[in-house]
Amino acid sequence: MSPSTESSSIDWEYAPAPESEAIGRVKDRYLPFIDGKFIEGGGDDLVTVNPGRDEPLSTVSTVDEADLDNAVRAARRAYDGPWSKLSGAERGKYLFRIARGVAERSRELAVLESLDNGKPIKETRDFDIPTVAQHFFYHAGWADKLGHLGFGPDPRPLGVAGQVIPWNFPLLMAAWKIAPALAAGNTVVIKPAETTPLSALVLAEIIADADLPPGVVNVVTGAGDIGAALVRHPGLDKVAFTGSTAVGKQIQRTLAGTGRRLTLELGGKGANIVFADAAIDQAVEGIVNGIFFNSGQVCCAGSRLLVQEPIAEELITRLIERTETLRVGDPLDKNTDVGAINSRDQWNKITELTDAGIDEGAQVWRSSCPLPDKGFFVSPTIFTGATQTMRIAREEIFGPVLSVITFRTPDEALAKANNTPYGLSAGVWTEKGSRAMAMAARLQAGVIWDNTWNKFDPAAPFGGYQESGFGREGGPAGLAGYLDTDDEAVIK
Amino acid sequence: MSIAVAKTYKLYVGGTFPRSESGRTYQVTDAGGSFMANAVLASRKDARDAVVAARKGFGSWSKATPYNRGQVIYRIAEMLQSRQPEFVELLITSRGVDRAEAAAEVDAAIDRLVHFAGWTDKLTAVFGSANPVSAPYFNYSAPEPTGVVAVIAPADAPLLGLVSVIAPVITGGNACVVIAAEADPCVAITFGEVLATSDVPAGVVNILTGIAAEIAPHLAAHADVNALDLTGTDAELARDLEVAAAGTVKRVYRPRGRPDFRAAPGTVRLRSFLEIKTVWHPTGAPSLAGGSSY
Repeated sequence: MSPSTESSSIDWEYAPAPESEAIGRVKDRYLPFIDGKFIEGGGDDLVTVNPGRDEPLSTVSTVDEADLDNAVRAARRAYDGPWSKLSGAERGKYLFRIARGVAERSRELAVLESLDNGKPIKETRDFDIPTVAQHFFYHAGWADKLGHLGFGPDPRPLGVAGQVIPWNFPLLMAAWKIAPALAAGNTVVIKPAETTPLSALVLAEIIADADLPPGVVNVVTGAGDIGAALVRHPGLDKVAFTGSTAVGKQIQRTLAGTGRRLTLELGGKGANIVFADAAIDQAVEGIVNGIFFNSGQVCCAGSRLLVQEPIAEELITRLIERTETLRVGDPLDKNTDVGAINSRDQWNKITELTDAGIDEGAQVWRSSCPLPDKGFFVSPTIFTGATQTMRIAREEIFGPVLSVITFRTPDEALAKANNTPYGLSAGVWTEKGSRAMAMAARLQAGVIWDNTWNKFDPAAPFGGYQESGFGREGGPAGLAGYLDTDDEAVIK
Repeated sequence: MSIAVAKTYKLYVGGTFPRSESGRTYQVTDAGGSFMANAVLASRKDARDAVVAARKGFGSWSKATPYNRGQVIYRIAEMLQSRQPEFVELLITSRGVDRAEAAAEVDAAIDRLVHFAGWTDKLTAVFGSANPVSAPYFNYSAPEPTGVVAVIAPADAPLLGLVSVIAPVITGGNACVVIAAEADPCVAITFGEVLATSDVPAGVVNILTGIAAEIAPHLAAHADVNALDLTGTDAELARDLEVAAAGTVKRVYRPRGRPDFRAAPGTVRLRSFLEIKTVWHPTGAPSLAGGSSY
């Protein structure tokens, strides 16, 4: 948008409105949580970085394999001991306590998460943390109703669950892994990502304050090697992983033949399909939300925009105008729309793929919003003239980079949308209900957003088709992943 | 005295009965150890052809109405019923079981098909949900078929075991490529004749005969196969196939032991080859001034 020409003396820019960093109560040092205690881990300390400033934020003690063993053993003792003997109703009360604890400390958690992850405070405050509390509250209510899930009258917990979660929604992923596991009666060893370990460790404080029996939840810290050691640990009955498809395949290979249960929530290359009859302003908002929410570091991001030809030019113009208004910058500023990229590595990866798009001949547009001098920031980027074979149209970029492709007919849109080994999310924008429903039925993806994008709820199952993984999180289908629901009789 | 017309057992792929492109066969013996028939030793190419046929079959089968799918599965039961005496004789010959046991197996297989015929139009209601989300959206989750499922049929109960692994897979709307039990290919291909006359669209069920250890790894690694049923494998082969399956993030069902196909089948086989799709649709927020709830 061009600045106002009427009066150059008025400054229309927003003044900075930073949230106070002190609210995050960031400590100098954090410890892993094993068997009900925060202990010094045997691994090397890691320094977690504030990606908004590229400055060290805090130091975290990491675990070694012996600590990991202790965590798995503690989880087993807790499972065999108090936890599996507890009634569902009592288990549920603990989860309700955690939900309340999260809600009480939500402002602190929002700031902490924003500092450690780089996402805008408005997202942590209005989406991540409230949804975390809601996940515990939702699943708390299931704990004494498992017989009503539809998997027989008495589904049994699996035992000890090992969980490895990524850095894009550090606390939300912890919640949506821990809450159903505990509701179903399992105990947990969870490893947050190396670059975002803090909020899970504050959650451990909340869990300790809720007086959960020692060992029911253990939070282990470290890098990919500790994650790998956790998922192959023979003491587990279940592994749940959220992260890249490449690592997911490796985990599936590792668990082959062990009989241990596995759910995978992997990458995506979501198609956002806009028909000529769509409500165009709403569609523009949805496209922006789909690719620039959390700087596009979302597995279900709408990273491929498929536009019907008659409106392509108008839509792209309006999309660019709207994107130009996004404020990129300090994650703690309440006016910030697009925060920092989580790490230098991820920044490099986004840059590499963007360069590939330019090299392969797509036309690039970048927002002119000034970027801070320090920290890992990427301007919102839109590629037009992308083709199906380009890397930007095939590979998950995991950044604020949108590729636009056009189509003429619904069948062509479906063929292009489904032309990927992924299958996590897809969206359709049309004012015609029957077309929306027909498209939803034929899109190969686990989550379909009609005339909206990036909506989540603990009551709504989420997960992928094909190489986006298997198993669901949320709703009855999500709980099934933490229960033994195999009802086939075997010959003794 | 007249000479019996000796039967040549072939593969069942894409609704037809082709020979192997490799021209290979193996000798099948009856329960007494005498020569019974030559059966096809399916090759890697046959497996790939079967996947192509299954993908085609999946297209029409997955789009058929659940009511229609139920009718067709019931029709398989009808066709099996009408050939009941033939299967009884076949089981007596190939397995050496007594007449009563053979009849019991065929009857159980017919009942299994009838059971699953009644599931097609109930899966969505039982395993789907309307989700009460905390925002103005109508949100529902519904099961959908996974796609093409490669099935290794069990060695025991050559008819009942085969029917018990095929029926839940196709009930959910999937297509399958089945590797028949090595020792009983004649029962499997004769069941293919039942399928061929049951209005099951071509390619929905494809039956390969031969050596599972030779064919299955190609199916487990095949990028156009979406899921594996490892019922008929031993632990060592199962592990290798699970490793191969990881290359394309296939769904894998592996029973916890030797399934008791005489028992009620439960729903785990149905559920193992279904995806849950969640759809969000705005319900609008008419009370909001401006109504900007996209």
